[in-house]
Amino acid sequence: MSMKAKTRRVDSVTVVDITGRITLGEDLTELRQLIRNLLAQGDKSILLNLADVTYIDSSGIGELVSGFTAASNQGGQLKLLNLTKKVRDLLQITKLLTVFDVYEDEARAVGSFRKATGA
Amino acid sequence: MPACAGEIPLAMNPEPQVVEVSLQSDLKSVEAAEELAEDVCTKAGFDDEDLHKIGMAVHESVINAIWHGNKNDASKRVWLRFQIHPDRVEIHIRDQGSGFEPGRIPDPLESENLLKSSGRGIFLIRSFVDEFRVENLKGLGTEVILVKRRNSKEKKEA
Repeated sequence: MSMKAKTRRVDSVTVVDITGRITLGEDLTELRQLIRNLLAQGDKSILLNLADVTYIDSSGIGELVSGFTAASNQGGQLKLLNLTKKVRDLLQITKLLTVFDVYEDEARAVGSFRKATGA
Repeated sequence: MPACAGEIPLAMNPEPQVVEVSLQSDLKSVEAAEELAEDVCTKAGFDDEDLHKIGMAVHESVINAIWHGNKNDASKRVWLRFQIHPDRVEIHIRDQGSGFEPGRIPDPLESENLLKSSGRGIFLIRSFVDEFRVENLKGLGTEVILVKRRNSKEKKEA
């Protein structure tokens, strides 16, 4: 199953619901562009909902990191929501759970941005 | 891609069963290789957790073979060979590249590399198999060999 990403607004946060496989290829380029476009239009609080991500490879992990640093460099934040066990395990062994803010509850995740930005 | 080699008898057979395919240097081959790995190893009796690890190790290895080995050159091939032994599966991934030294790849867990957007493939492969070797075939390409033992989790915990 290829990757699909849909965005929605919750308060001042842009939630990106991602489904399918985040792996090397055109889909990954589209995800990169989507995040860059959000940042360019001033949407700097980005929450990636990975609940329906069935698979992620090293390139997909790299893209999450790339999105995280792009957001940080522009004064924004990129956080993760609803990791599956497989994705969590991968972020654990690559030590990236120490980098990303990860949530299991959407309301709490959205609230965490509000605190950070003082909105 | 050739069909998988049907049922694989394992018990009491000292000769490994072999499944081989030749793949194009195309990203579509990555998913095909991964599916074949999971198919072969399902028949060889590996559990779901190991199947995911084997599939991912093959996925990353074939991407490396296509991108770093064959430099995305469509005229070059990637060969994939599974040797199924009673106690383990050995997976050979051969490309037509000039090789690499795993020891020279920066550790992605070091703090200065943690936020890099690439460089985790070999680390993940090593994490998911019991043995990882690279053989430079002197002008004939590079072969990566992955070994996954049956019940390796129990052995590691013992």
